[in-house]
Amino acid sequence: MSRIARRFAALKAQGRGALIPYLQACDPDYDTSLALLRAMPGAGADLIEVGVPFSDPSADGPTIQLAARRGLKAGASMVRVLEMVARFREDDADTPIILMGYLNPIEAYGHARFCADAARVGVDGLIVVDMPPEEADLLDGPAWAAGLDIIRLVAPTTDDARLPMVCGSASGFIYYVSITGVTGTRTASSDELAAALPRLRAATDLPVAIGFGIRSPEQAAAAVRAADAAVVASALIATLEDSLDEEGRATPDTLPRVLAQLSDLAKAVRSAR
Amino acid sequence: MSAADSSGTERGAAETLPNSLRAGPDPRGRFGIFGGRFVAETLMPLVLELDAAYAAAKADPAFRTELDYYLKDYVGRPSPLWFARRLTEELGGARIYMKREELNHTGSHKLNNVMGQILLARRMGRSRIVAETGAGQHGVATATVCALFGLKCTIYMGATDVERQKPNVFRMRLLGAEVVAVTSGAGTLKDAMNEAMRDWVTNVRDTYFLVGTVAGPHPYPQMVRDFQSVIGDETRVQMQEAEGRLPDVIVAAIGGGSNAMGIFHPFLDDPSVRLVGVEAAGRGLDSGETAASILRGRPGVLHGNRTYLLQDEDGQIDEAHSISAGLDYPGIGPEHSWLAEIGRVEYVGATDDQALAAFQLCTRTEGIIPALEAAHALAHVAVIAPTLSPETLLVVNISGRGDKDIFTVAAHLGVTL
Repeated sequence: MSRIARRFAALKAQGRGALIPYLQACDPDYDTSLALLRAMPGAGADLIEVGVPFSDPSADGPTIQLAARRGLKAGASMVRVLEMVARFREDDADTPIILMGYLNPIEAYGHARFCADAARVGVDGLIVVDMPPEEADLLDGPAWAAGLDIIRLVAPTTDDARLPMVCGSASGFIYYVSITGVTGTRTASSDELAAALPRLRAATDLPVAIGFGIRSPEQAAAAVRAADAAVVASALIATLEDSLDEEGRATPDTLPRVLAQLSDLAKAVRSAR
Repeated sequence: MSAADSSGTERGAAETLPNSLRAGPDPRGRFGIFGGRFVAETLMPLVLELDAAYAAAKADPAFRTELDYYLKDYVGRPSPLWFARRLTEELGGARIYMKREELNHTGSHKLNNVMGQILLARRMGRSRIVAETGAGQHGVATATVCALFGLKCTIYMGATDVERQKPNVFRMRLLGAEVVAVTSGAGTLKDAMNEAMRDWVTNVRDTYFLVGTVAGPHPYPQMVRDFQSVIGDETRVQMQEAEGRLPDVIVAAIGGGSNAMGIFHPFLDDPSVRLVGVEAAGRGLDSGETAASILRGRPGVLHGNRTYLLQDEDGQIDEAHSISAGLDYPGIGPEHSWLAEIGRVEYVGATDDQALAAFQLCTRTEGIIPALEAAHALAHVAVIAPTLSPETLLVVNISGRGDKDIFTVAAHLGVTL
């Protein structure tokens, strides 16, 4: 059983949903980002998404675009991202790590080499935003061979004709993009979520995480009442951004503020049901 | 590959030979390994819907009739094939003909594609149009047809380009379009493309994304090529009328590659016709400030397709550089990447300085002020024409007129307007 499957099974046994925070690697610098990553499980992260900075994040809103730019400016590269995960794994063997990003940095690294290296340092799953199942042939094989879960995105536009195909090739969990739009903008209403989930449940037995537009503890709680996990990204990054000094550097406030927000989200998720 | 997989089921493919170079893309939108549909899941159903809608439109004679009507009476087609006598004499070699795409309404080849896509958007019931633009030619063409049909129009343009293409920005606003200056990245075409995609993914229900070049997710590269192929189809007939045979060499500038693909595609199966695509070398191919994606890039995935890209070793996309805002893009249409790999089309570079010189040469000898984009093609003509025999028939695509560029050119020549 993969680390992701084990984690979801354990949470199910406890009768609660998962909180999945996101951070952009090397934002605002490698050391701060690694320290944040290491502290996230203690603050209530059940799984963690690590964003791989890309120069052209065309599915992301302004908050993550700026985070990617800070990360790249601080020297982020796929090699550094994998190194960061390796350092995290030195003292955390249980918290699943999912890399989220765009296809080109993976292609540049080489599909097979990337999957092998990612699995070796302790990555558990991949979310590739601009790789629909139809274009996944080059990555799926090496990912499965390396034991990495390929987490598919399902959107409100994914129709019933398409849904079985998308879910059929997924593993780990399903990432439900709850709005049509870029990250960190609108929030789906609970009515919209209530309408979407039965359709997904009918198509897959995998856990379902809801992402895009979850900002507050209340919204995170609503998401885990409707589904199995809540992903929070832009709201945490906005806090991080707000804590930086005028030159965009980390301050003594950076980690405490982001982690305090994460704790509040975790409390809400843990008491949601 | 393309010929085997496309199986001649689509209209158009049936007109080509079984082993034709014109049969692509395959049903997945691939030209060899290039092309495809690398978009977020939210957009995937829309891209598939567009593919089906375009196939239906292509198969409907009424669509062709409607498009022909607008191309003739609104765009002003056919565009002339002009024998450039003084330029031919000045360069002393090949007989140079100019395909006069700058005479189209709105002043460039862009309207050929935009006219086709706007009719498709109307068939699909879309009420709002978004588009990206670099030099502003595609933005102006798009704003124009939105005015013609009374559709809402939002144009994304890099902030740098807004600054260097002010006349076109004003034109678009006069035409009723909202022009959004994109400040992310270097503020050029790549960033405008990202922002247009973000708009599209946000407004999927009512919005049509009107892509301006032969790039993006399938079916855009094929569809834009089909709409632009009118350039090459006309050239074929016109050269037969003028000289009684096919041209020997065709030269066109390449940013995303739509004017080049439009004039090349009808000649792909004529091995006697040498096809030359001219990329913007910027300050030089090895200066680090270039837009020559094929000559200095390598395959990768961006903006919905796999193609040659300017990128670093980590797969981060480089900023392109060209004096021409329309060529200032770090990628290229996937069919060009394939044609480069199989060797059917030669790809060469022309620098900013060469383009500036050719801009003046064309203006002085022919009384035609070319767009800086087309000046890159002319720059290469100036290099090769003198080496070719006087019997050689050379066609250069004058993809747009240069009125929009006079401020840029004046600044480079040290003139204050």
